[in-house]
Parts: sequence; structure tokens; C-alpha cells
Amino acid sequence: MTKKPFRPDVDAPEYHGAYVPYDIIKEGAIAFLVVLVLTAALAIVFSSPDEKAVTIKTWSNANTVDFAQTAGDELTATSDVATYGAPYNNNGTSQHWGFLSPEKWVGVRIAVNTTNDFVINPLSDQPAQPQLTAALDQWKSASSATQGAWGAAYTKVEANLTYSNGQVHLPTTAAGPIAVLLSYETQMARSGALDQALIAQNGFYTTNYTKPLLFISDGTYFAGLATKQHLAGDQWGMMNETGQYPGQAWLWLYTFWYQVPPYNTSASGDFLVWGTMMILTALMILLPFIPGLRSIPRRLKIYRIIWREHYAREA
Amino acid sequence: MSNAQIERQWTSRLRHRVVEKLPPDRLLPDTQPAYVASWIYVFGVTTMAALGIVILTGVILALDGPQWWHSSSLGHFVNSMHLWSVEIFFFAMVVHLWGKFSMAAWRGGRSLTWVTGAVTFLASILAGFTGYVSQTNFDSQWIATQAKDGINSTGGGAFFNVLNLGQMLMWHIVLLPLAALALTGLHVIMVRVKGVVPPFEDNAEVSA
Repeated sequence: MTKKPFRPDVDAPEYHGAYVPYDIIKEGAIAFLVVLVLTAALAIVFSSPDEKAVTIKTWSNANTVDFAQTAGDELTATSDVATYGAPYNNNGTSQHWGFLSPEKWVGVRIAVNTTNDFVINPLSDQPAQPQLTAALDQWKSASSATQGAWGAAYTKVEANLTYSNGQVHLPTTAAGPIAVLLSYETQMARSGALDQALIAQNGFYTTNYTKPLLFISDGTYFAGLATKQHLAGDQWGMMNETGQYPGQAWLWLYTFWYQVPPYNTSASGDFLVWGTMMILTALMILLPFIPGLRSIPRRLKIYRIIWREHYAREA
Repeated sequence: MSNAQIERQWTSRLRHRVVEKLPPDRLLPDTQPAYVASWIYVFGVTTMAALGIVILTGVILALDGPQWWHSSSLGHFVNSMHLWSVEIFFFAMVVHLWGKFSMAAWRGGRSLTWVTGAVTFLASILAGFTGYVSQTNFDSQWIATQAKDGINSTGGGAFFNVLNLGQMLMWHIVLLPLAALALTGLHVIMVRVKGVVPPFEDNAEVSA
């Protein structure tokens, strides 16, 4: 029987050299104390960031027009969330690479109807007010074609929407009840009632903020705050944090792909980034089993620095 | 019951197997090979020490719920320690990983030690991420709304909803710490069973 050849990137030589004293418990205890002191010192000197969460109340009071325009997009189902596709609805094009489109395969599992969830239902729960009730009745009793025509008329003049004296004004008469609905929606938002109405859709007890977060993320106010804090996608935002803090620096490679083509130009950029990272992750995990890749450390010879004392003794 | 019967018991067999694979002097050694003499070896134990402080500060933060640290100076300080211990944890872990890569530490039947280490790294990234989206502040709102697109594109967002605070918090304080601790324990046991990888032979310039 022949002996298997020695493979230097798979097999390790038998060690017959010297052993030295080693106190593993002492090493662990010292490491713990050093890291504890270092952590406490960093916490004392640098603290940690804690920017207050944005609410729909703060947003609608800080930038009322942006809020009202976003609410109009939600009502007319033209916002980013309304046209997102899976897992929220069927109105968008799913990200894909060739025939691969897991987003589409999974389908709608967190159903979000922006028209009803963000506007009509919260307004319908308000105490009866003649003008609001009439506007809601007009919207609900209209056909989808009529609602679509009102929506198209709204989209045309959306950029010229104004807010004054507690009312939303649209320079058109073709948008049906939209201006009235947006006026009451904005009043609700500015009072804080819309925050509660969106959260309470999950019942009395809830820890699920999917709908309010989706609503807030559709406005430009939220993204503007993030850009000021260098958190936008093209600012390496995924690995940054508010203020001058290191954030999730370990996500640098994931964030890197979002800065370069084709990832930052493709409509399926997220899927391409995740696909790339999954392949790289699999390569990292399975490195010991991949010929060529597992030879890199031996060829780089950094190990000679790590074990320099050992090689000096051997020489 | 005869001795033979006792030796056939599951408990006896398991004990023999454990002692054979990991005798006490290998589990808690008092000597080590002389080649284990570099600062790079410090980063493994530093990672574990930082993990201990991450868990300790996380437990303190958990005592009064997910939001008390916003309005308490003590809570904010503990949160700061949680943040910085996480930063140290990842720094040490990444240096440890590059060190082990440079040593090709999977050699000599240590492939699974590498694999468990790499998977622990991934579990830790997920644990860190779920922590960031559970802060209940602007940072968590922004990170969650941005991250949803990536996860949704894989189909995973339908089941792992980063906008659902309750789900993220549970993963952050229960599921992922359990996974990270179990994987770390397994990783350390494998290091103790197999020992620290010996240096390359100086003339190991043969084909892989």
C-alpha cells in the first residue's frame, strides 16, 4: 500500500519540537479585563449616537408639502412602495438576473395597499366630519377608472401642491376629492394621530412598524436627513452611522459594490450585490476545500512573519 | 448490573468518547507548542473577551426593555459600552480571521474549525445588523428601510422583515446570540481537540 502524498495546503506536518508553559485561564482573564477597560474608556470618551426617530408628526410639521405630496402618491398608488412589487404588492417589476427572481417566486407575503392602508383607512376611522365623509364617499364609490383619472390629474400638478391655512391646495379641479382627503390626512399627520392610526392597524399590542416606516421612507424629508448624516447609499451609507462613529465597518465589501457599475446602475442592483456576496461568502466558508485558493497563504508567505521565531530556531 | 452492561450504557459510551477526544489536559492545557509565539494569536482570545462584554452589556440593556437607554444616562453609557465592545469584537475577529487565513489554519484535519469560524463571523454580522435596526432611533429607521431592498431582492425579506422591530429584536437578543455562542463554543472545542496548526514546512513548495 502506497502512502498518500503530502499536500502542504491540506496536511500539516507533525510537530516534534518544544512545548512552553501556557496559562489559558490567565490569558482569558487578562484579555477580558483589558477589553473591559478599553470598552469603558471608549464609551466614556466617545459615547454613542442616538438621533431621535422620525415620526410622521415631525415630518409633516417640518416639511408639510413633502408629506402631502407623498400622501398623494400613496393615495394614487404611484409612490415607490405602491409600485414596489413583492413582498408588498404585485405592482412592480421584481429584481432578477436572467430567469432568477426569488423575490417574484416568493410573492406577496407582507401585503401593503398604500391607498387604503396609508390614507383611506386612517381617514375612515376619524370622527365623522361632513366634508371628509363626503370626500371619502366620493372616493370609495368611484370606479377604478375614475380614481385613476383623478390620480393622473393629481400627478400632473403634484409639484405645484401648496399648503396654507390647514388646507392642501391643488391647481386643478380634475383631481376629484384628492385635495380634501390630503387636507384631512395632513391634519391627522401634524397632530400625531396618523402615527397612532398606522401603528394601531396591527392591534393594541404591536412591535411591527413596517407600514409607518414604508410611508416615511417614501418622502424626500427622510432621505434628506440621511444624506446630511452621510448615510445615503452612494455615500457608503450601509456601513456608516449617524455622527462621526465607525458604524458597521465590517460591511465595507457589501457596501463597496453599491458604488460601482453595474451594481449601481442596474435596476436589479440589490439582487446582483447579494448574489455576488453570497458567492464570495461561500468561497470563504469552503476555502479549505478549493484547490488554488487554499494555496494563496502558502504563496503569500505572510506566515513566515507570524512564525519567524520558529523558522529562526529551525535554521 | 454487570460492568459490561454499565459500559454499554449511552451515558458511559458518551463519557468515554468525550474523554478520548478531549481529555482534560487538552481542554485546559498548561503548555503549548513553542511556535505559538506571535501577537496574532492574541486576537482569538480578544474576540472571545469582547463577545463576553457584548453579552454582558446586552443583558444589562435588556433588563428594562428596548427603549430605556434613550432617557437614562446610565442606560446610554451601557449602550455606548455595548457599541464599542461590538466594534472591538469585530476588529479582533477580522484580524483573527486574516491571521488564520495567512497560516492556512485549516491544514491537518482542521477544515471544520475554519468553517465554524467563518459561519460564526456571518452569524455575528447578522447579530450586529439586527442590533443596529433594533436601536429604536433614526439610525435604526434608516438602516432598516435601506436594508429591506437587498433582503427583499433575495426573497428573504418576506420572512425576515427588517421593518418589524419585534422580529429583529427577538433575533438580536435570543436567536443570534444563541447561535453565536453555540458556534463559538464548537469552534473553541475544535481548536482544543485538533490543537493549533503547526507552521508550514520550510520546503513545502510542492503542488497543492
